[in-house]
Amino acid sequence: MIKSLHKRESELANSKRQLEILSNGIFQSGDLPKFAEKISETGQFPLKAKKLEILQVNVGYMCNQVCSHCHVDAGPDRKEIMTRETMQQILKVIEKTGAHTLDLTGGAPEMNPNFRWFVEEASKVGVKDFIVRSNLTIIRANKKHHDLPEFFKQHNIHVVSSMPHWTKGKTDKQRGDGVFDKSIQALQQLNAVGYGMPGSSLKLDLVYNPSGAFLPGDQASMEKDFKKALLEDFGIQFHNLFAITNLPISRFLDYLIASENYEDYMYALVEAYNPAAVANVMCTNTLSVSWDGYLYDCDFNQMLQLPVNSKAKHISDYQTELLEGRTIAISQHCYGCTAGAGSSCQGSVT
Amino acid sequence: MQKTYYDPADLKKFGKISEWNEELGAKFFEYYGKVFEEGALSAREKSLIALAVAHTIQCPYCIDAYTGDGLQRGITKEEMMEALHVAAAIRGGASLVHGVQMMNKVNKLDM
Ligand code: SF4
Ligand code: SF4
Repeated sequence: MIKSLHKRESELANSKRQLEILSNGIFQSGDLPKFAEKISETGQFPLKAKKLEILQVNVGYMCNQVCSHCHVDAGPDRKEIMTRETMQQILKVIEKTGAHTLDLTGGAPEMNPNFRWFVEEASKVGVKDFIVRSNLTIIRANKKHHDLPEFFKQHNIHVVSSMPHWTKGKTDKQRGDGVFDKSIQALQQLNAVGYGMPGSSLKLDLVYNPSGAFLPGDQASMEKDFKKALLEDFGIQFHNLFAITNLPISRFLDYLIASENYEDYMYALVEAYNPAAVANVMCTNTLSVSWDGYLYDCDFNQMLQLPVNSKAKHISDYQTELLEGRTIAISQHCYGCTAGAGSSCQGSVT
Repeated sequence: MQKTYYDPADLKKFGKISEWNEELGAKFFEYYGKVFEEGALSAREKSLIALAVAHTIQCPYCIDAYTGDGLQRGITKEEMMEALHVAAAIRGGASLVHGVQMMNKVNKLDM
């Protein structure tokens, strides 16, 4: 198993270094326009946050996997874990924001010792859509997690899981040896309790990230191919496929640089820039909370340590008036959200 | 003078072909786009055919473009390589099948 950038003490474990890379080189020389310049062309600069609809909570960077593209730099060696106290502060905020979606992510959110408590408490608040981003293998990793499908069902959780391909080779290359087989078993378990079945209210969606230095193909046709292959080969069903572009940060940035793909990838992102996607980038209706309660415009900005431009920097300071209308903190990684059909945690945006 | 005949950056300039003949250029690109749409064959199948043909005509631009296109569509390297073998088999077979002509001629002339 590879180690996180943090464990390896890689220079890219430092978010400032990542931001430097994203602002220097081809962007400094003017070979490519900076994101701010690009969105200015259509009068979309500065990007402003609208009404909060989605609260995305990162409950910790610990994960049982160490995927090569992970923008969180998650892994078993990451110890950053949200405390119950921070969770309590978040619960208070959920009630007053009126956000319709609560989205738990990580790492593997299930590895937080207070995960089940938090789900139980948060589901009482009554958000419309309660998402848990489960990496699937966690369900098979340890006996104590085997009953997660039933637990999710009990709380009407919307399960969103990653699957880079419907073949073992491509999946294991990105996510680690044995991940494909375990993911298949976990999906079958989820199907068995009703998740992902046609017409079922137990929502099971898959996330597709390209397993290399290329952009995702058309979401609808990828979904068709995934559905056909998973059903024919394993009898698995799911609802929607979200095609998500890999953003050039953290371990994916490390991979791009090491494989000498960084510049070509940035060119590809800029070339695929779609001004129509800008209006719907997820930071405009999302707020991301880190494991220690700090607020960011999105999970990517959280990893780059780009805080919200607001006096309310922590969940304990949350005030709608201070956050709505804030100017979004951007850098060149944002091109990942505006390429082609656009990309967000809910897939394409156009 | 440019030191190589091919420059990868030229692929991106393909559209400029229309600048010197707008009408035919536009017609070509419209046709090209239509050909690759989903039809009786899926866009995925068409991408694999394009990759095989690209190798047959040995066009580096097309190989570059349709390898990337295949990856974006989730086409696996095993599928790509099989498609290439189809191209190679037809190409090799096309040479070899002419052996029949050679044999006919030899049989006719040789005592
Ligand atoms: S991509 Fe998800 S499953 Fe993979 S290491 Fe990162 S957090 Fe864990
Ligand atoms: S990376 Fe974050 S801040 Fe940038 S456009 Fe995407 S969602 Fe918005």
